[in-house]
Formats: sequence, structure tokens, C-alpha cells
Amino acid sequence: MITLTINGKEVQTPEGSTILEACQQAGIPVPTLCYDPDLRLAGSCRMCLVEIKGRPLYAASCVAPAENGIIVETESPGIVAARKVILELLSARHNFNCQVCEKNGNCKLQDYCYQYGVKESRFNYGEPTNYPINDPNPFFERDYNKCIMCTRCVRACEDITIARAISVDNRGHHAKIATAFDGNLTDSPCVFCGQCVMVCPTGALTSKVSAGLGRSYEVDKVLTTCSYCGTGCTLELNVKNDRVVGVTSNRTETGSPVNKGALCVKGRFGWDFINSPERLTTPLIKENGEFRKASWDEALDLVAKRLGEIKTEFGADSMAVFTSARVTNEENYIAQKFTRAVLGTNNVDHCARL
Amino acid sequence: MTNSIGELEKDADCIFVIGSNTTENHPVIGMKIKKNVLQNGARLIVADPRRTDLAKIADVYLPHLPGSDVALVNGMMNVIISEGLADLDFIAQHTEGFEEMAALVAGYTPEFVAPITGVPAEDIRKAARLYAESGNSVICYAMGLTQHRTGTDNVKSVCNLAMLTGNIGRPGTGVDPLRGQNNVQGACDMGGLPNVFTAYQAVTNDAAREKFEQAWGVSLPSQNGLVLTEVINKAHHGDIKALYVVGENPMMSDPDLEHVGEALEKIDFVVVQDIFLTETAKYADVVLPSVCFAEKDGTFTNTERRVQRVRKAVSAPGEARVDWEILCEVATRMGYPMNYENSEQIFEEIRTLTPSYAGISYQRIENGGIQWPCPNEEHPGTPYLHKEGNFSRGLGAFTAIDYIAPGELPDEKYPLRLTTGRSLFHYHTGTMTRRASALNEHVPTAELEINPEQANALGIADNDLVNVSTRRGRLEMKAKVTDTIAPGVIFTTFHFTETPANLLTSSEFLDPTAKIPEYKVSAAVVEKI
Repeated sequence: MITLTINGKEVQTPEGSTILEACQQAGIPVPTLCYDPDLRLAGSCRMCLVEIKGRPLYAASCVAPAENGIIVETESPGIVAARKVILELLSARHNFNCQVCEKNGNCKLQDYCYQYGVKESRFNYGEPTNYPINDPNPFFERDYNKCIMCTRCVRACEDITIARAISVDNRGHHAKIATAFDGNLTDSPCVFCGQCVMVCPTGALTSKVSAGLGRSYEVDKVLTTCSYCGTGCTLELNVKNDRVVGVTSNRTETGSPVNKGALCVKGRFGWDFINSPERLTTPLIKENGEFRKASWDEALDLVAKRLGEIKTEFGADSMAVFTSARVTNEENYIAQKFTRAVLGTNNVDHCARL
Repeated sequence: MTNSIGELEKDADCIFVIGSNTTENHPVIGMKIKKNVLQNGARLIVADPRRTDLAKIADVYLPHLPGSDVALVNGMMNVIISEGLADLDFIAQHTEGFEEMAALVAGYTPEFVAPITGVPAEDIRKAARLYAESGNSVICYAMGLTQHRTGTDNVKSVCNLAMLTGNIGRPGTGVDPLRGQNNVQGACDMGGLPNVFTAYQAVTNDAAREKFEQAWGVSLPSQNGLVLTEVINKAHHGDIKALYVVGENPMMSDPDLEHVGEALEKIDFVVVQDIFLTETAKYADVVLPSVCFAEKDGTFTNTERRVQRVRKAVSAPGEARVDWEILCEVATRMGYPMNYENSEQIFEEIRTLTPSYAGISYQRIENGGIQWPCPNEEHPGTPYLHKEGNFSRGLGAFTAIDYIAPGELPDEKYPLRLTTGRSLFHYHTGTMTRRASALNEHVPTAELEINPEQANALGIADNDLVNVSTRRGRLEMKAKVTDTIAPGVIFTTFHFTETPANLLTSSEFLDPTAKIPEYKVSAAVVEKI
């Protein structure tokens, strides 16, 4: 173990830890933007700077190793002043229209500017950025006027999805995230999994499917299991006013043991069938070739009566049930119990073969 | 899966993917395989008639013809045995039937197999050596391997390969079917099959049946029931009088849709319980509105046998009701009262009758899920099966398997092999994804993938409208000319009601054991319109 002092408190941390990890283990908050525990370290945003006594330069704690005996300050006056300048630099080309931003209330840049009292940037040079917001894909918006170049999206694309669709184009003030030849995502290897949206700390990348439907502070998040393929990814349904308005990732080991928050395009953006106006809402009975609405009692009585008649007339094995690979274990259990115990046949199957 | 999804990212040294377009059909598993290959240096072998995303990063890519899997795997085993790469200790200690299998594959030299599979002999050798010599090797497969008249043979072949090299019973090894639906594993575990109760307890086994008779308080039928494809065929003969469909859509998913439609019309009474008025629901006499995953509680079991919670997030639309409640209502009205307060109460009943689920409870899976078998509440679950070569049946059984050609090979009139599958952007019969606005906007129609060589010969350019026909029917769709598909093979997806690919597939050739239809090979012809 390594012993160091952080904000006057003695802290122990395993060998090989960074100063940031030591702070996190000790419950000392350090602001971060480019840092993501599941991605390669970048050490580029400098928000996590800390002061190490006796050293001339501030260190980015996310990449600085914890060493025995060092004395670290995370919120010294010098660090606070530096962070203010860093926030001004990061937001030099950030379009501060928080009031209409999808990420309002769930934006690390907004939080830190509020925390450190940064209201505008001195480094704007009167030259507003004006990146076009016109990627035609139907899944997520790319608004690089809100991008702070933390490169978490690039690293998520490289390290989680391994699609390698995006990278950093240009340098300095002109740097931006782009596909090869700065085109549309549809012409790149992008698979629209939205891992980039998951890790983006600002409003630069946001779901188009959820746009305008609810801010993070307005929704309840319900952890559940995806209903598409058999991988068993877990995801959070975002609910506002008893309506699903989006899907977000739970990135914890216990909440997401299979996928650790990673999803595919169907899981992340394919949820709005839930609210489709085509959903069936009442039982239907066919009469003269046309469906008409019916009450549950009428429909259930009819089903029970006809199944009973057919069982009596033609025997149990003239009936069959197709249960479903889509419904729950409990429902499959009930379906086969119904078939065997009530109808009296083993004619029960589902689409495992199809 | 014998093993776990996470092992594909961390523990496997060599991954052999056969008949699975993993990055499109199991995208998150595909990501893990890519990560292992591109960042950890794992080796990758891909066998598929389409040059999938994984094939593009493979160490060896085997573009074998649809339906030639047994020949290909026998060829690999021939190389492994003849080059002394077999794990003889494992074979001696843990298996039986090796000599018979070895004698059969002795005839499957790479040179013999090459013309059957369309794969160069040298690539078969490379793949065999890589699989046998990499340390921990794992086999992943999906419906590309199973949807053949020889589906069972194909699966037994890859099991032979795993046992031959002792690649079973350790992390990073195993035989991993990647299952295509959220709860297809659970539907099987729960006895949603005509021959077994929960946990694969045979309905023909007197002890098992007595257990369920006692629990349910009724006498139960002792004969195996009909599988889905047999139900449709019997219905076509007029022998099925009532069909109750819960959340299935055979009018899109079953082979030879014209035949399915005729069969459904002959059934006296059809009930469909679903969330949308599906293609199948249109044939129903009564349609019962049920709820989707967001509107109910319960559990799903994923492809690695992990039982995880499904949690209700929103109310059901209109009067729609939970599937189990509807079935219980019908049962009660038929004179067999079925009453449960909630899904957890059903799960508690399941546990008492299902040894592999006995140790799992809602409380235990509140954080993270448990992989069965989990026989008691102290058991942590089972990340991989057959530990240290201890097979459930005792000794692992090798099977000597000869190659059998697909039922419908190309001929003069239908010179191409049509194979079907899914797109990344859609799911199965499209019931959900066609109504998911972004997915449907992005991919609104099916395409027919065709090799440039074939396309040139037929005068077909990219995006041209073409007719694709088989002995069952004809569909019109756009051509996508691409060299990612082997010459002689064409591909399309089965998600689209406007171009239902299963109008073209055949229900004639079924695997004799699994009764799975041969979706992956239909003799077809393509014409420019």
C-alpha cells in the first residue's frame, strides 16, 4: 500500500493507483471531464489538476501516480484559480444555450462552471464557432458547438465498440471530432451503438429519439433487461409521466454484469415501439371476417368456451400452444402449465428453431 | 453457452466463429470479441459464406458454402488428428467414441473437403492448427450453423472439435451457441417445448411427470407433443383444431409462408395474444392485447444462462394485460383455477420444480443475475459447464458424422443458394423494430446481397430492382452488389412484411432430431426487372 496525504488527511491506496483513484477511494471529490474509468486515460482536459507540495507544476491527478509521502491539495486557492482558467479555455467555443439543451441538469461542464463561478470565456476572441448540425442519421445529434474536445467519444468508439468511426481532426482551436474525411456517420464504420452519447459529458452528443421528451432530472430510471437478442444487456428505461422517453446505460458491475453499460443501436435507440399508436389496447373478436372490439369478459369467455368444446369434440391433441421466446420465464412457465394441465396436451413449442 | 460472455473478451486465446454474424446479431458480444482480437491479440477464425465484420479482422476466414459445415469441421479434425494436435489425454480420460469418429474423418482430407466447401485446403489446415494450438479456444455459433437439415449434426461436429482438443471445461473454452432472442433460453428452460417440463425433465419420464402431476393436481399426458413445424404441417392436413399463439409471429418467421397461411386458415379457432396486430394475428378469431417488457415484472434468461430481472417501468396501454394473467384467466374459466399475486409468486413455484433454478430468487438476483445451474441458495451459480472435463452424461460422446448435402442444391433452373438472416438495425419479424421510428427510418427495406461476379453475369447493378424466386415464391427487392458475399450465394433479411423472405424458404427439409427447417439454403434464381 502507498500512504499519501490528501487535503490534510492520511490516505492509503494500493500500489499502482493514480492520485485521482486515491482521492476517490478516500471520498474526496475531484472534478473530471476527460476521465472515464472504462476508457484509456487521456489526461487532456486538466480539470482534475491537483497541487503536490514541493513540485513546481500542478499534476493531472487522473494520470499522476500516487506516491508514498506526497502531500496533495485538491482545492487550494491556486488549484481553484487554475480550474477557472481551464473551464474558460474548455468553454471558449462552447455554445452556452443551456436553457434549450437536452443535457441541461446532466452536464458536467455546466456543473463545474456553476461550482467555480465561470460565466463566460475570455478566450472566445469574438469568433463564435458555427459547426453545422446536420448529420442526417436518425439516432443521435452531433452538435460540436458544445464539444469540449475531451475525446471520450473517440475512446469509447475505439475501446468499447471498436468501431473506430471517429477521431480528432485538425489541431488547436480548430480541432474537432470527425469521421474520416469529415463526412456523415452513415458513410463511416459507425454502428450507431451510442456509446459516444453515453460517455459525452456535455450536450454535444444527444439522442434524437429522446429529444424534447424529458430532462434527466424529470425522469425516473428503471433498470431492466433488453428485449431484443439473447445477450441479456441491462439498460435503464427513462420514464416521465408514465411514459418511456429514453434509454440510458447503467455502467456498474452489479447493475450491468453482461454489458457494463454498452448497448447496441436497437437497445439504445429502438425503444419507441412501446409508445406506438398501433399498440393493441382492447381484445378483438373476428366476426364476418372483421375484427370488432370486445370486453375482456366476452373475449375470455369465448376463448375458454371454444377451447373446451374443441377439447371435448376432437381431443386435447387437436390443440397446440405457441409460447414465446420474447415473454418472461414466468409467462413461459404458465403457458406450458396451461397447455399441459388445462388443455391436456404436450403440444407446446416456441420459435427456438426459427 | 457452456461458458460465459465475459470470457470471450478476457479468457479466450482463439475464437472460432461459425454461422454467426455476431456484430450484427449479438452486437455487444461482437464488441467483446473484437476487443479481445484487436487489443489483446486473441486469434480469430471465421467461417461464413458472408464476409462479416468479424471475418474482416479474422486471422483465417473460411467462406464455406451454406450447408457444408460438417465437411468443413471434419476437414479441420482430419488435420488436427493427422498432425498430432489432438489432446489424447483429455480424449482418453473424458470421452468415448473417438476411434469411430477418427476413422470417419480420416476420409475428410482438406483436399477432399475443399470442393464441397469452396474453401482452399490450405486455409482449412491453417484454421485447424490455429484452433488446436492457441491455448484456450472457444467456438461461437448461431443460426447459421443450426438452421439446416443437418443442424444437429453441425452442432455435434463442433462439439467433436472442442472435445478433440480438450477445449471444454475451462474459462475461455467451450461451445457457445449465441441465442437469438431475449428469452429463448428461458422459454426452453421453462419447458416451452413439446418433450420436456422445466429444466429439461422429460414428459415421458414417469418420475418427472408424477412430480408435476402432484404439484399441479392433475394427470398429465405422457406422449411427446408436436414441435412448431409439425403443428403447422398437421394443421395443413386439418388435424389441428385450435391454436393459441402467445407473442409469436409464424406468418413471418416460419418457412414457406404460403403453406403457413393455408395451415392457419384451416384451424377452427386461433387465439393470438400480442402487443401488435401481427401478420399472424390477422388470422386470429380472437386477439388478446398483452404488454411489452417495459410494462411487466419477471425474469429473462440470457444466452449464458444468466437469470436477470425484468422490471415494470410504465403502465400498460389501454386495457392490455400481462400474458400470464390472461392465461390464468382462461385456465380458471376452463375449470382449472390458476391464481398468482405477482410474477415472483410464479417464480417461487418454478424454483420448487426446477432443480437448476432452485437456488435463484428475486432477492438474490436483485443485483446482477445468477447463471444456472444454481441448485441451492448458497450456490453462486455456474459461469462455465463441464468443469475439468466432467460432462453431465459422464463421458463426452464423440459422434462420427458424414456430410449430407443440403436438401435443395442449386440446379439449372435455380442456380444460386439463397440464405437468410438479420440486419443490425432490425429484430426477427420486425414487429417491434419496424415500429421503432429511428431504426425503421434508417433501414426501411430489405436488400438482396449478390456477388459482383454474379451480378455482372445477370446485368444487375447496385440498387437495381430484381426478382428473387425459389420453388415457393417470388419477391421483388433492391439488389446490393457486394463482394462480401461468396459467389453463388445470395442473402436477404426476413424482417420486412413487404418482402417476407420466408415466402421463399422451404419447410420440406427438417433436421430429423431438432425439426429445424433449412432456412439457410434454398435454391434460388435472380432476374433483373
